Amino acid sequence: MSGRSRRVLVTGLGTFWGGRVAQTLEADPEVDVIVGLDTTEPTVELERTEYVRVDANYSILARIVRAAQIDTIIHTFLVVDPTQMSARAMHEINVIGTMNLFAAASAPASTVRNVVVKSSTIVYGCSASDPVWFKEDTPSSRPARRGVERNLEAVEGYVRDFAQDNPHVNVSMLRFANVIGAELETPLTRALELPLVPSLAGFDPRFQFVHEADVIRSILFVLDQNLAGVFNVAGDGLLPWSEVAQLCGKRTAPLPPIGTSLITGPLAQLGLVDLPEEYLQLLRFGRGVDNSRLKDFGFRYQYNSVQAVEAFIEAVRLRNTIGTGQPTYRYERDVEQFFRHSPAVIRD
Amino acid sequence: MDGGTSDDERLKQAVDAPVSRSLVPVPVVEAASDQDEASVDGRRSDVDEWGRSASMRALARRIYDPIYSKWFRVEWEGLENIPTEGGALLVANHAAAIPSDAPVIMHGIETELGRPVYGLADNFFKRVPVVGTLWSRLGGLPAHPDNAYRLLKEQGQLVLVFPEGSKGPAKPFNERYQLRRFGRGGFVEIAMQAGVPVVPIAVVGAEESMPTLFRLPHLASFIGAPYVPVTANMLALGPLGVATYFPAKFKLRVLEPVTFNVPPDQERYSRSRVMDWSEAIRDRIQNALYDMLRNRRSVWFG
Repeated sequence: MSGRSRRVLVTGLGTFWGGRVAQTLEADPEVDVIVGLDTTEPTVELERTEYVRVDANYSILARIVRAAQIDTIIHTFLVVDPTQMSARAMHEINVIGTMNLFAAASAPASTVRNVVVKSSTIVYGCSASDPVWFKEDTPSSRPARRGVERNLEAVEGYVRDFAQDNPHVNVSMLRFANVIGAELETPLTRALELPLVPSLAGFDPRFQFVHEADVIRSILFVLDQNLAGVFNVAGDGLLPWSEVAQLCGKRTAPLPPIGTSLITGPLAQLGLVDLPEEYLQLLRFGRGVDNSRLKDFGFRYQYNSVQAVEAFIEAVRLRNTIGTGQPTYRYERDVEQFFRHSPAVIRD
Repeated sequence: MDGGTSDDERLKQAVDAPVSRSLVPVPVVEAASDQDEASVDGRRSDVDEWGRSASMRALARRIYDPIYSKWFRVEWEGLENIPTEGGALLVANHAAAIPSDAPVIMHGIETELGRPVYGLADNFFKRVPVVGTLWSRLGGLPAHPDNAYRLLKEQGQLVLVFPEGSKGPAKPFNERYQLRRFGRGGFVEIAMQAGVPVVPIAVVGAEESMPTLFRLPHLASFIGAPYVPVTANMLALGPLGVATYFPAKFKLRVLEPVTFNVPPDQERYSRSRVMDWSEAIRDRIQNALYDMLRNRRSVWFG
């Protein structure tokens, strides 16, 4: 990458994003060192990434950054799916984790020169007074009220402060639209896999999607091009929710638009449909973001919104037919240590 | 979905893509560039990025045409003032409890000139189930400056806006044809930024199609609506009057386009200039209305 070696720290190695990014970086000869942090073990096979188990808010981070002379941080460990954990745990990971990360990165004599943060377009909120397309500098239409949105606001605040205090560091923040693809599971993909796709009666808002491959590519792109600033990452095109369901070959099951949570609450309790507030609001008003800024720098999307949804549903069909197939990888500490450090292993 | 070999290939790609190592030297231009074709392919509906659907619009035109030509008997004057290509901001006076002027203008221009018109309106619509979706499919969108700018500047479309906002249709019948304040002149600023002309339109007839007798402000604030009117139609026709217009004769006069001699895309424009223009456009519409009313012999027959 850009002519010199890198020493990279990836947060959230155990998550889908962290694992994928690390895997991709491993193939790059100019990346010398990859250190991956997470509370859980990696779920994908990694050859030379060093995995370090940390607690949710990274208290030993400053030591790692100093010891490994990290120059590039890729912060993917932000939870934007509120169904996965309690609001408190999410706050701990998103807000406190990011705070500690930047505290470590801005320590005196820090070697960090590049930071990429994976944020989400959830930060724009979702309300009736939104513009059809959010630009990177469009403020959200009303103050954030819900968990993820407020978390991301705080996170982005830390990112901005860090960028301001450290003008010598390239800080870029990517805001991803609804990510969809063959593997990732989100509240939206779960909704689209149901026999009937939930919707709100009388509403048919427009959705924008980005394919998971484009997410990884965009992270590496900003790193490669040394871009700084905020970028929306979303495929071209806005699709009405009914059309998304149609693309998936499903019918919609309209929920009452008033008192929706009276219905969705029990449904979530039964484990049928788990649509958190953020997503119910999205089913009411939708959200579109302007992706031209990153495109102006030369980034090309492989998938537009339609293609991303199609790739998703094709993978679902395959999975439904042949099952999940591949044996899932399990991280074994001793095995990994052997391959990485034993003198018996011949490395070239 | 579409069968054939490409299907298998794409499926394989989709499954393999995230794991693939070929992602690494990040391609700057290499990746697929046939985005425009692809975005047309694969779509299952014709809903555009603004939510407008050409087929829904065509259906609505068929249904609405008798109302337009038989009920309101719409007559236009000065249609040649509307540009046949490129962006322009249409600005009109606003009236009737459920505004009857927006559909008339949109339908008229679409049928006469064959150009789509996007109507900006209060986002209250967007919050009402069914109504909000229909409104969006028929070419309505929330009045946000970004929306107007993109439509006018980047896509060269016709955009209709009522600068009086909800103050226009909310006014009682005895103040008919008295234009309200034109907001804060935001429409002038947008037109300046986008570098497009403003085309003023004076509408006569809408006021009498559904006159507001009085308003229920408490109910309005309770349900979060901009206003709740009690109309003459309700008193005359009962429940039917909620959605039935009186057959007032509609006359519309399109005035000379106003162009601004300022460079586009400025962060800000001189406030005094914006307000002067806003006031000037308001005056032109007001004077045109007086002129049209002076020559009107009958509310019902024009």
